[in-house]
Amino acid sequence: MISRECGVYQTTYEGDMALYPLPLARYASVAAVVVLALLPLVLDSHQMSLVNLMTLAAIGAIGLNILVGYTGQVSLGHGAFMMVGSYTAALVTLRLGLPFWVGLPAGGIVAALVGTFFGIPSLRIKGLYLAIATLAGQFIIEWTINHSTWISGGVQSTVYVPTPDFFGWPINSEYRRYYMVLPVAIIAYVAAMNLVRSRVGRAFIAVRDRDVAAEIIGVDIFRYKLLAFALSSFYAGVAGALWTYYLKIANYEHFTLATSVSYLAMIIIGGLGSVLGSVFGAVFITMLPIALVYVVEGGAALFGFEYASIANILANLRLIIFGGLIILFLAIEPEGLYRMWGNVRRYFRLWPFSY
Amino acid sequence: MRLRTWSALGVALALVTVMVTPAAADHVIKVGGQCDRTGPTKNVGVEICPGLTDYIALVNKKGGVMGHKLEYTEIEHGYTVDRGVEAYERLKRDGAVATLDYGTPIVYALTPRHMDDKIPAITPGFGRADSIDGEAWPYIFPMAASYWSQAGAAMKFIKDNGAKKGAKVAYLYYDNPAGREGIPIVEAVAKKEGYQIRLFAVPPPGVEMGPQVIDITRRFKADWVVGHLFGQSPSVSIKELRRAGFPLNRVVSFVWGAGEANVEAAGWENSQGYIGMQFSAIGRNLPVIQEIMQRIYKEEGKEVPKYVGGVYYSRGVLNGAILAEGVRLAVQHHGLPVTGEKVKKGYEQIKNFELQGFLPPMTVTPQDHEGGGWVRMYQVKGTEWVAISDWIRGYREEVMAMVKQANKK
Repeated sequence: MISRECGVYQTTYEGDMALYPLPLARYASVAAVVVLALLPLVLDSHQMSLVNLMTLAAIGAIGLNILVGYTGQVSLGHGAFMMVGSYTAALVTLRLGLPFWVGLPAGGIVAALVGTFFGIPSLRIKGLYLAIATLAGQFIIEWTINHSTWISGGVQSTVYVPTPDFFGWPINSEYRRYYMVLPVAIIAYVAAMNLVRSRVGRAFIAVRDRDVAAEIIGVDIFRYKLLAFALSSFYAGVAGALWTYYLKIANYEHFTLATSVSYLAMIIIGGLGSVLGSVFGAVFITMLPIALVYVVEGGAALFGFEYASIANILANLRLIIFGGLIILFLAIEPEGLYRMWGNVRRYFRLWPFSY
Repeated sequence: MRLRTWSALGVALALVTVMVTPAAADHVIKVGGQCDRTGPTKNVGVEICPGLTDYIALVNKKGGVMGHKLEYTEIEHGYTVDRGVEAYERLKRDGAVATLDYGTPIVYALTPRHMDDKIPAITPGFGRADSIDGEAWPYIFPMAASYWSQAGAAMKFIKDNGAKKGAKVAYLYYDNPAGREGIPIVEAVAKKEGYQIRLFAVPPPGVEMGPQVIDITRRFKADWVVGHLFGQSPSVSIKELRRAGFPLNRVVSFVWGAGEANVEAAGWENSQGYIGMQFSAIGRNLPVIQEIMQRIYKEEGKEVPKYVGGVYYSRGVLNGAILAEGVRLAVQHHGLPVTGEKVKKGYEQIKNFELQGFLPPMTVTPQDHEGGGWVRMYQVKGTEWVAISDWIRGYREEVMAMVKQANKK
């Protein structure tokens, strides 16, 4: 039951092709889902809000990793695609009165369409040039949403939505919002895990590693690059839509260039080309500034400083530590937190019999 | 291996600090808010936040609110929405009965939560104009002139200073939701008074304004400029308008273009005559500022920082004063234990709260969460802002009609 690869003999193709061929991994993943589902029993509402923020970020990060980490197309427009999803969901709910579980895919689909359009330049340009092209996309989308009152609902560019409810069950507390966010995150995670080991995912990786070679072995670059943009933007759109229902508001200032950059930071820290790494990165980038507030202020209190007198120093100290830690983690393991996690696992696999 | 040990220690330390939350004392009234000492608008945050905490410290030093200590928790959010949400949830968990929400996007994002949780938020200078209707937004208190009221006051000021029918008014605004918010009032007033109005958008980040200013001075030949800019852009507008030869005493800026930093960046000598509006009186001669300097700094043997009495510091004091007054009225009229609902009622009972000339005659009602929408005009003279008007407001009917209409959906 707990045997590793050497003790497991697959007798069916289905068993061999399963997401987790090892029983141990299967049990572990079921256990992880159960633990996640039961988290609200032990956390208070503030800690729950942290988990929600991380989960929301994870969905967007997984989407960006499909595009950047797996397909190798650098995008600085992820925030804008989230913005599209966010406003779509808000309008679908407000104008058509549709529930959130319709708004989520609607946000995803519209974002996917927009993302595909802004992915067209990727057919001609690569790397930094593409980054600039998607940067233009970020600004174009931002400007358009900001200035068309049909979308943004007036000069404030802010659309309020009513409390979402699930068949009469109002989603009005941090705990309930978690049960709105978590299933979406799990679906997003499992779908991405399966995507990257499918024919499509392999094609993405081939395009990333060398697109000319991929074309020669028969990968339709046109199709797969745009598909990568579409899928990635779909994730972004769903994440943006979830933000709308989470905050009960759609506001473009929440999805600016800074957001796009921080999502890039998440997947770089977490590990390019790794779904679990995206989750690690999302947790790291979301949690670290908040954890540092506690650590630095707690540390200052230990040494007997009065908060008011050193507040400015603390605030900047946190920024310095934040930047320093990112550099440190990347210096220790350039392939990200996922690789680090793998190293730890490998170490304990042989423990105590290390070479 | 050592590195690994150290990182493990670091993680352990982090966890311990997170777990250890301060024990709650029951006679303390908890309030809190966010602050940005880092991030895009940190130069405002580093002055507003000490203003607020200094005032709360003053209240506590004088015996607290009706004998109860106020405990204000400041949480750094770096002007980001997700950390703002986290900060609010932390304050809520720790039992805060009133909060300051800091930053327009954060105010927007937290508004639904305040309505659900029945914890009132004050949002001076950040909130959207339509939330001054207390019946539609019971738990949101802008508590200072909204952009609509500021627009009304600016238009009244130019009328009082000689703008006649046919006068040309340029509205120079930062092209984001907050910047555009003034447009409907400016347009409505211009229509009523027969001014010619033209809008000039400055795209973010607003450091390039040459074309707009040439347009204003050469083509449109404006008589007045009403400026609604943020961050670096007010100083750019001062420099460009001066270079184009436009008289700066015909430029009226909304509140976020009227700080010392804005003028300093353009140079005090280049900004003579520039007019800006304030929510509160500024300068060190006011009784409340004197008291803070005496009791919080001199009695403690601390040097008074340079920013005390400045524009943003005074706005911090305003925030603190309103918070404390709301809580005081809640205790006085509704008794202990203080809850969010009681503080909301407390805020709504604020009447002619002037703080010895520091604030306008502020009166909040369940309908008007703005406190009257007063501002005061200041002008750059020498190296300081000098008051050139009493508390004013203008076109109140237009503003309130706009508010009613915005909330009728």
